[in-house]
Amino acid sequence: MAALEDLLTEKGLVPEGFIESFNQAYENDIGPMNGAKVVARAWTDAEYKKRLLENGTSAIAEFGFGGPEGHYMIVVENTPQVHNVVVCTLCSCYPWPVLGLPPRWYKDAPYRARMVREPRALLKEMGCDVADDVDIRVWDSSAEARYLVLPERPSGTDGLTEEELASRVTRDSMIGVARL
Amino acid sequence: MKLDVDGPAAPPRSNGELVFDAPWQARVFGLAAAVVETRFGGDREPFRQHLIAAIAAEPERPYWESWTVALEALVDEQIA
Repeated sequence: MAALEDLLTEKGLVPEGFIESFNQAYENDIGPMNGAKVVARAWTDAEYKKRLLENGTSAIAEFGFGGPEGHYMIVVENTPQVHNVVVCTLCSCYPWPVLGLPPRWYKDAPYRARMVREPRALLKEMGCDVADDVDIRVWDSSAEARYLVLPERPSGTDGLTEEELASRVTRDSMIGVARL
Repeated sequence: MKLDVDGPAAPPRSNGELVFDAPWQARVFGLAAAVVETRFGGDREPFRQHLIAAIAAEPERPYWESWTVALEALVDEQIA
């Protein structure tokens, strides 16, 4: 690793301080709270939700969120009839600008393989019980597209502000392995 | 300034887990990001293809080790 870093630095490919500032952004500033803000806005603003479902990338960019792994964002909406869940079967593609870096299990072989083969059973193991009459749609991240699940707004939240709603949104609900 | 650890602006770890288990993982993550930016103009696809290959070659290998193998392969192929 050190030799690799030395080689790349020597070739001028690692600007001074780049790694520190890049990593600091993902450890401190970029994470699921970004996606939560997007979801809460969609729950409270019908026009925004429409834009979000039509063009995820540009609607998310309204918050200033973008960059690596976020160039082509597709938002998929959960409904009483449909539950969406996201996977990357080949590696670890994940919508960094809105969720930060992926959790360990997302990158592991069992999740990548089983979410496609037996999503209902795996979701149940993860504590997400999807009723038999609800369709499960599994979205496999491709060369370009990154997916974000728009969870259903929980009942009993009518009086909450957008900010309060955002605090109810979890990372796992936006991957689709949890319901709110 | 106090870190907001519970509210909506809390860092990712409060809504998940720490991003890295060891400093070298953060290092190799940032290193790949630097190469993607400076050598490939932000196009992640060449690195992604090597990551896919590294994971497929040894599915049980720990993720950040595969990441390192992928970066080495990319460097061998296009940079070194």
